[in-house]
Amino acid sequence: MSVDLVIAIIITLVGASTPILIAALGELVVEKSGVLNLGVEGMMLTGAVVGFAATYTTGSPWLGVLAAGFAGMAVSMIFAVLTLTLSSNQVATGLALTIFGTGFSALFGQPYTGKPIDLFRSVFPPELAMHPIFKVVFGYSPLAYFSLIMVFAVWWFLHRTRAGLILRAVGESDISAHSIGYPVIGVRYLAVAFGGAMAGIGGSCFPLILTPQWVEGLTSGRGWIALALVVFAAWKPGRLLIGAYLFGLIATMELYAKAAGGAFRILPSELWASLPYLATILVLVLFSLRAKGRTGAPACLGKPFVPMN
Amino acid sequence: MPIKLEKRPQPSRLMIYLTPVLAVALTMIIGGIVFSLIGFDGFGAVREIFFAPLINTLKWQDLAVKAAPLVIIAVGLSIGYRANVWNIGAEGQYILGGLAATGIALMTKDMSGPWILPLMALAGIAGGMAWVAVPAWLRTRFQVNEILTTLMLTYVSINLLNYLVFGPWKSPHAFGQPQTISFSADQSLPYIIPGTIVQAGAPIAIIIVFIAWFVVSRSLFGFQIKTVGAAPFAARHAGFSASQTIWIALLVSGGLAGLAGMLEVAGPFGRMVPQFPTNYGFTAIIVAFLGRLHPVGILIAGIVLAITFVGGEVAQTTIAFPYPAVGIFQSMMLFFLLAGDVLVRYRLRLRGSTPAGSTSGEAQA
Amino acid sequence: MNDGVADRLALSGIVKRFPGVLANDRVSFAVKPGEIHALLGENGAGKSTLVKMIYGIMQPDAGEIFWNGAPTTVSNPKVARKLGIGMVFQHFSLFEALTVLENIALGMDAKIPARELEARVGAIMQTYGLKLDPHRKVSTLSVGERQRIEIVRALLLNPSLLIMDEPTSVLTPQEVEQLFVVLRQLASEGCSILYISHKLHEIKALCDTATILRSGKVVDTCDPRVETSRSMAEKMIGAGLKDINKTAGRERGREKLVVQHLSLPPVGEFGTALKDISFTVHEGEIFGIAGVAGNGQNALLLALSGEEAVHEADMIMLDGEPIARQKTRQRRLKGIASVPEERNGHASVPDFSLSDNSVLTARDRIGMVISGLIRPGTAQSYTGKVIDAFSVKTTGIKSTAGSLSGGNLQKYIMGREILQNPSVLVVSQPTWGVDAGAAAAIHQAIIDLAAAGSAIVVISQDLDELLSLCDTLAVINEGRLSAPMAVEGADVEEIGLLMGGIHGDPEASAEMHVHPETVHAD
Repeated sequence: MSVDLVIAIIITLVGASTPILIAALGELVVEKSGVLNLGVEGMMLTGAVVGFAATYTTGSPWLGVLAAGFAGMAVSMIFAVLTLTLSSNQVATGLALTIFGTGFSALFGQPYTGKPIDLFRSVFPPELAMHPIFKVVFGYSPLAYFSLIMVFAVWWFLHRTRAGLILRAVGESDISAHSIGYPVIGVRYLAVAFGGAMAGIGGSCFPLILTPQWVEGLTSGRGWIALALVVFAAWKPGRLLIGAYLFGLIATMELYAKAAGGAFRILPSELWASLPYLATILVLVLFSLRAKGRTGAPACLGKPFVPMN
Repeated sequence: MPIKLEKRPQPSRLMIYLTPVLAVALTMIIGGIVFSLIGFDGFGAVREIFFAPLINTLKWQDLAVKAAPLVIIAVGLSIGYRANVWNIGAEGQYILGGLAATGIALMTKDMSGPWILPLMALAGIAGGMAWVAVPAWLRTRFQVNEILTTLMLTYVSINLLNYLVFGPWKSPHAFGQPQTISFSADQSLPYIIPGTIVQAGAPIAIIIVFIAWFVVSRSLFGFQIKTVGAAPFAARHAGFSASQTIWIALLVSGGLAGLAGMLEVAGPFGRMVPQFPTNYGFTAIIVAFLGRLHPVGILIAGIVLAITFVGGEVAQTTIAFPYPAVGIFQSMMLFFLLAGDVLVRYRLRLRGSTPAGSTSGEAQA
Repeated sequence: MNDGVADRLALSGIVKRFPGVLANDRVSFAVKPGEIHALLGENGAGKSTLVKMIYGIMQPDAGEIFWNGAPTTVSNPKVARKLGIGMVFQHFSLFEALTVLENIALGMDAKIPARELEARVGAIMQTYGLKLDPHRKVSTLSVGERQRIEIVRALLLNPSLLIMDEPTSVLTPQEVEQLFVVLRQLASEGCSILYISHKLHEIKALCDTATILRSGKVVDTCDPRVETSRSMAEKMIGAGLKDINKTAGRERGREKLVVQHLSLPPVGEFGTALKDISFTVHEGEIFGIAGVAGNGQNALLLALSGEEAVHEADMIMLDGEPIARQKTRQRRLKGIASVPEERNGHASVPDFSLSDNSVLTARDRIGMVISGLIRPGTAQSYTGKVIDAFSVKTTGIKSTAGSLSGGNLQKYIMGREILQNPSVLVVSQPTWGVDAGAAAAIHQAIIDLAAAGSAIVVISQDLDELLSLCDTLAVINEGRLSAPMAVEGADVEEIGLLMGGIHGDPEASAEMHVHPETVHAD
């Protein structure tokens, strides 16, 4: 394999991993607070379509990302009101949010179908990325750097700040946190909002850094894979990074298999396209085998909390 | 917040029945307002989507055709949901059911006889069951969450469908179109009502509803799934096996989704095409919840959702209302239902008001 | 206030209502500086609700709270801590997956750097003789150690009032003594203590004043040192006490249930393994298993009821037949009934009607299911019989289990099992959180069942209950069961040491294992 090919693979891999990594980091924080939001796919689709529309209209991908974040946060609030204030079933509400996001993005995206935008390219001057080695460092969209910074930021927040400690405490025992005097519902609202914003931004990666157009349902289950990665990562941001890049590698192999001939051609392209999903299942099984019941899941994950006062 | 939740001593039966009706009514009102605000003919859309298919008797047969697969799949899902087993990949099991039935049809293309159709139905059921057996095994053997695995397999099933119809199963007479050969008369569902498009799917759906009703309300198995869902430890104390419950719940839901797939491919489609996945598997989730996981409720909810599908097409032609908006109306129903659920278990009270029934406590003390 | 010193805390006319209950009805009393003040009352008398309002977790519907003489609103626990109120909860407010230090940090309202906090925690532990490793995860600690975290957390805030909610219910007698030393030291330094309990001998030993609550009302304030346990008990319960006669008409028969070398790997993430447990229960015998919570009691009940799989058939024998590999249903048919500790969600389904709850465990022996179909009529009439025979207060067989009070639900569950005429009954914490009337009825029912010839195993944390109810007693600690001893003439001190096991001072426990005689001699 030539150096150029390796570099090209790395760059594709980082791009393919970025949306999942961003969305999964958001969901990790949500789940650490004890809430299971299965609406990631719906929030990503919402972010994708709003991010596309804002970029198309304003010409600025920065505004597109911002709009996507706000859109993701806005729809996550539907989930928050239902599950946190009205204590509805989190599984059902998350599914409803995904169905809503699918419908919303299909409707809102209709006028944008077939319209082009520019990819959200590197912020560094192109001269820096001329040399192949430099390209590996400087050749990405700002969203890729954002995702890496957020891996660290989320870890630092959860394990090095008092607010992070409180968030973890709320996810471990809502009753204890309430009796010490922490606002359980308030903390969870903030976590869900953060998760919504991250899912929205993650969704906007599809039109902004992967395929510069609006296609209905373009996330094709990446939101669900993000959910699976959080389990695989045992709720640890560092392992999330590994999981997302592993997934990116498989997605990249699919792309190269389609383009390349030879040995890749023996397997049908549909099998390559199925690999990310099969790999996700495999990874969940491997994790479960290793964990043997000690999953590291927050103790209150998915349980509604209604304070008695 | 000025409102607080106060737990009812027992769930309100009135609210269990009332909230789905409220959810549909609120969807019409709020949906109408919201779509009007963003520049559509909101209330025109509500009229066309929710009422036109009911008023126009010609549309009734469309309702029966659309409602049948939704009801069949949702009845299966509801069995699992009652036991807190979340199969959300019914779409994939539906596709596998369709593919398995197609496989039989292709094998029997030069044969004839009344045995072919039942064999296709069995294959459809087996296909759906086989597809869901993987998540069932992974859940009971390795504690892998079935929500994620059933969904992942749905994406795989779409790829499998594409592989088959673009590849080995492609009809040689279709001028390169990705589709199988058309099914013969012995491989297609009979029409039940002459002169309409209503095939055997609708009566089968009704039979399934009544069987499920009997099982859920009268049998020990119905009691078992209810117990496993409500309190897993109590279920274990009662001697109900969690693994067995998960297996049965998933196999039933997968089998019924597979049957729905067979009924569609041998019915309205008449051959396998890439357009076969029609989101019935996902919409059935809404149907199951809106029907309160009760077989008869699901029958009604299935018809309501069928109305929105048929009405959505009406609204598209009559007032040029965008069809994807139907999905928003459908998810709004689910949101309002889930929001209304709180009324089943809690009373809403203003802060500072006296809780219900505490005066009787005072008399006691 | 008469002495010119304001009361540390005074309550005046506090009222709190819940749906269907008046939890506190015009409650008034005062706590002086440096006083150890008991709040006495049986389960459901309204003690916990009252202290939750003092600590700001709940708000009173009427009435006033005075702090050092000034009317005060305690709007949340932060405000309480700022005033100088510390609280040690009955159900600890701890986070299992976090470390001791993280748990303590969460109880501080100001952000204190980890190193400084650790130093301050060390100082407190030194002063009061409380031993803790600040870097261990709470999930690895014993109940007594967990309580120490709560106490350290409260003491770090230099409280002038410390509320202790049923602090001794989970401790060994020796741990209780250590706790009292700490509390007396605190009181001598001027800290007031509000001590909530229903254990009369503790209150006599520790407290200066006792306020007695019954059905949400203050019925008396007295000096526990001059009262007798019996006089306080009568005020607390509101009626004369009935003594139960545990031996009347009872004879010990053949060996019924034999457990031999029973071992079981840990159940769940924080479960305790069972190690080589052996004991024998005869017909007509009540066998007690004492121990501090979390030492394998749950696993033992699950192994006996068949809810946890045991792989070697002869580890459990019934009438000489090996049954350890049989499932719950088969064992029930053979006459083994069980009542787990957790009433809501394990012994019963809160959202189900009582009639449906009867189907859970009585369906086979009573014949509620015929060819896979449930006969609701049979379930209903059986439930009616249980309600009548055990005087369960309810609106009927259609009421949900969750709508019953703790005592009534427990009576229903005991009745559901006992009316099936089991030949073996295994019951865990039969009167936990149950009012005195219901507790007496449950104890009597257990004795009557034994008198009818059944073998009974009672697992309880309440040593007093076991001593008054059982014929034979063994102590479970870290999944091991001590040798059984006759209750007649048993030494409480020795039982306490067995309960402490290797949880307590490692040296003491090592000594205990090596030279049990020396410990006995003490």
